[in-house]
Amino acid sequence: MSVRTLEVDGRTITALEGQTVFSAAWDSGIRIPRLCHLGGLSEAGACRLCLVEIEGQKKLQPACLTKVAEDMVVNTATPALLAHRRLIVELLLAERNHVCAVCVLNGACELQDLAAQLGVDHVRLRPQYPSLPVDLSHERFGLDHNRCILCTRCVRVCDEVEGAHTWDVAGRGRNSRIISDLGEPWGDSGSCTSCGKCVQVCPTGALFSKGRTVAEMRKDRGFLRYIMTAREKKLWIS
Amino acid sequence: MTGEVLAQTRDTERERQAGLRERIACCSVAGCLSAGGGEVRAALEKAVNARGLDGQVEVIGTGCLGLCSQGPLVSSAATRQVYAGVTPEDSAALLDGGAGRFQGRTLGPDHPFYAGQRRLILENSGRVDPERIQDYIAQGGYRALLRAASAMSPAEIVAEVKRSGLRGRGGAGYPAGLKWELVARHPASDRYVVCNADEGDPGAFMNRSVLEGDPHRVLEGMAIAGRAVGARQGYIYARGESPLAIARIRTAIAQAQREGLLGGRIFDSDFQFQIDLRIGAGAYVCGEETALLASIEGRRGQPVPRPPYPPERGLWGCPTLINNVETFANIPAIVERGGAWLAAIGAPASPGTKVFALAGRVARAGLVEVPVGTSLRTIVMDIGGGVPAGCEFKAAQTGGPAGGCIPAAFLDLPMDYDTLPGIGSMMGSGGLIVMDTSTCMVDVARFFMEFCMDESCGKCVPCRAGTVQMHGILRRLTRGEAAASDMSMLEELSRLLKETSLCGLGLAAPNPVLSTLRHFRNEYEAHLAGRCPAGRCSIPVPEPV
Repeated sequence: MSVRTLEVDGRTITALEGQTVFSAAWDSGIRIPRLCHLGGLSEAGACRLCLVEIEGQKKLQPACLTKVAEDMVVNTATPALLAHRRLIVELLLAERNHVCAVCVLNGACELQDLAAQLGVDHVRLRPQYPSLPVDLSHERFGLDHNRCILCTRCVRVCDEVEGAHTWDVAGRGRNSRIISDLGEPWGDSGSCTSCGKCVQVCPTGALFSKGRTVAEMRKDRGFLRYIMTAREKKLWIS
Repeated sequence: MTGEVLAQTRDTERERQAGLRERIACCSVAGCLSAGGGEVRAALEKAVNARGLDGQVEVIGTGCLGLCSQGPLVSSAATRQVYAGVTPEDSAALLDGGAGRFQGRTLGPDHPFYAGQRRLILENSGRVDPERIQDYIAQGGYRALLRAASAMSPAEIVAEVKRSGLRGRGGAGYPAGLKWELVARHPASDRYVVCNADEGDPGAFMNRSVLEGDPHRVLEGMAIAGRAVGARQGYIYARGESPLAIARIRTAIAQAQREGLLGGRIFDSDFQFQIDLRIGAGAYVCGEETALLASIEGRRGQPVPRPPYPPERGLWGCPTLINNVETFANIPAIVERGGAWLAAIGAPASPGTKVFALAGRVARAGLVEVPVGTSLRTIVMDIGGGVPAGCEFKAAQTGGPAGGCIPAAFLDLPMDYDTLPGIGSMMGSGGLIVMDTSTCMVDVARFFMEFCMDESCGKCVPCRAGTVQMHGILRRLTRGEAAASDMSMLEELSRLLKETSLCGLGLAAPNPVLSTLRHFRNEYEAHLAGRCPAGRCSIPVPEPV
């Protein structure tokens, strides 16, 4: 496989042909923010946080979907991009109920971390606070729609890795909701294998393990890479 | 069908029509039908029968005659006049020649409504019954397909479309020939042709009227496209909200299949092409091409990031040509009369004609077709007859919720794909809503933002959550509850959506806000100060202290 050389934030980096700008930058220690991307899953291109400026292109491009090219010049953290990212995080925080102080994932939440990293210390938008239910029908897990940012990592991991496709999105726009099967309670789902992958990939406290109280939940982000690597190397086939 | 049979069918039908003393065409698209056009047609048919005129006088349904606001419309082949506001009681006068009865509601070809128009897409209105394929063939229909299937190579067809300079009529104005070439040159073995008939802009009814009035023209255009790009299968993606258009397409497809104009070995060539109908379930975003393809595939109608563009990776991963209804409707004329012929009409960089759905505060509302580059003044003042007495023209909205407003100062600007973006508007697919001085521009922006908020698919954050916040600010403005900081946030959100949204819906959603801010900022400032200059918004008067 051939190698491409490109410039990211003034640094010359090398990447494999076919690699995305996001993963090439990540490999070189340049952490582009993201919420919908997760290594091992297909790309949604939905959170718009990883948008970068590429010289010679008028429109901002999602780093998670843009392939590297020779001599490409990429800027990942211009003032304009940072302003956009802050406003996107503010939009997410205002969209539903994200009160960290009463969340199981307080201290280990990707949305919280990103807000801190981007310096979002207050939200200038009107909070929407829609009245959303919490589904506690599953034996081991819970789903709190108030914390959901609709990144669809759960939908993709369930479909692409577990192969169950329990989760999907219903409704549109601000009425979009993650649903299990055809909208029945999670605990009644016939397709759910209770594997818990969705819980581990969820960036916020929307999907959580029962029995954890405020700030007690921690997610195992490494497990997906472990599974994907093991599959690739066929470690389960003797 | 062979070329000879086509010519024979044409001549037989022409002879039959020439033998008639009179052919009365009743406009049979949704506007006139809802005004009572169906009853008028039934009364006319009954009167013909009662007078024993069967075989001499024929009553047909036909495509949009244009002046929708004054329907039902009826046109007469004998007098070459169009009569407006026809009632069932008028049928005797129509048959027996009581022209005096139609004083003030007769429109001849030289009437200002028609004189300023150039009808190509709508040329068959008044002549062709959308439910009779023979009518379409009698007007020279399917001759272009015959030429494309038997006398032209696919590359020659693409070259002809390129020569015409035709730009996609869906709104973006991408050169049709270039798109065709991309699909035609792709090495994949399976390709598809898709007709985007998911016309959802508020106030827009161009494509629906074309499908209801002249469906065979669109089928023929699609079949020619199939031949040009090497596709064997086409899909029409139509809105479930247009049941009449759906019924007419179904009838037309069945007729074309029966006559061998769709299916295998068309005109005894090795060309085969099938068209199927797919019906949307009421999502505006499904007019976005990647969401439309997802919907055809039976998936959730959500856009996916481009590139890859559909000509490279479209339906089921195959190269796919997507054009809108009006674009396909242009194709038979281009193949029949040559690309150079179309290139000579309209503006040099945007040739051809454009159908506009003229609506809102205008004396004569309806469907108008003009050369691209015609000024807004000609369309609104001459053809549309200006705004009704008592008010003045304020602005016109083009492009629906993705477009912008054109204020009175730009009435003389040519309406084409390159000029309108310069003043913060766009050509769009043809919706043209006229607003007078009683319209509040902040309220207009709020209306379109509410539309985008409701129609956002919810996939990307800027569009899903940003439209909600922008709508909230605009609603506060119209209620006199907004603060000065809301204005800067409105502009910040506009920039965010315009630069970061995933698809065209979110990218264009701020356009009505930005264009009203550009041309009518004073109205926003007045609302901040608690006053609506147009007197539209109910802002509570502050209590005297």
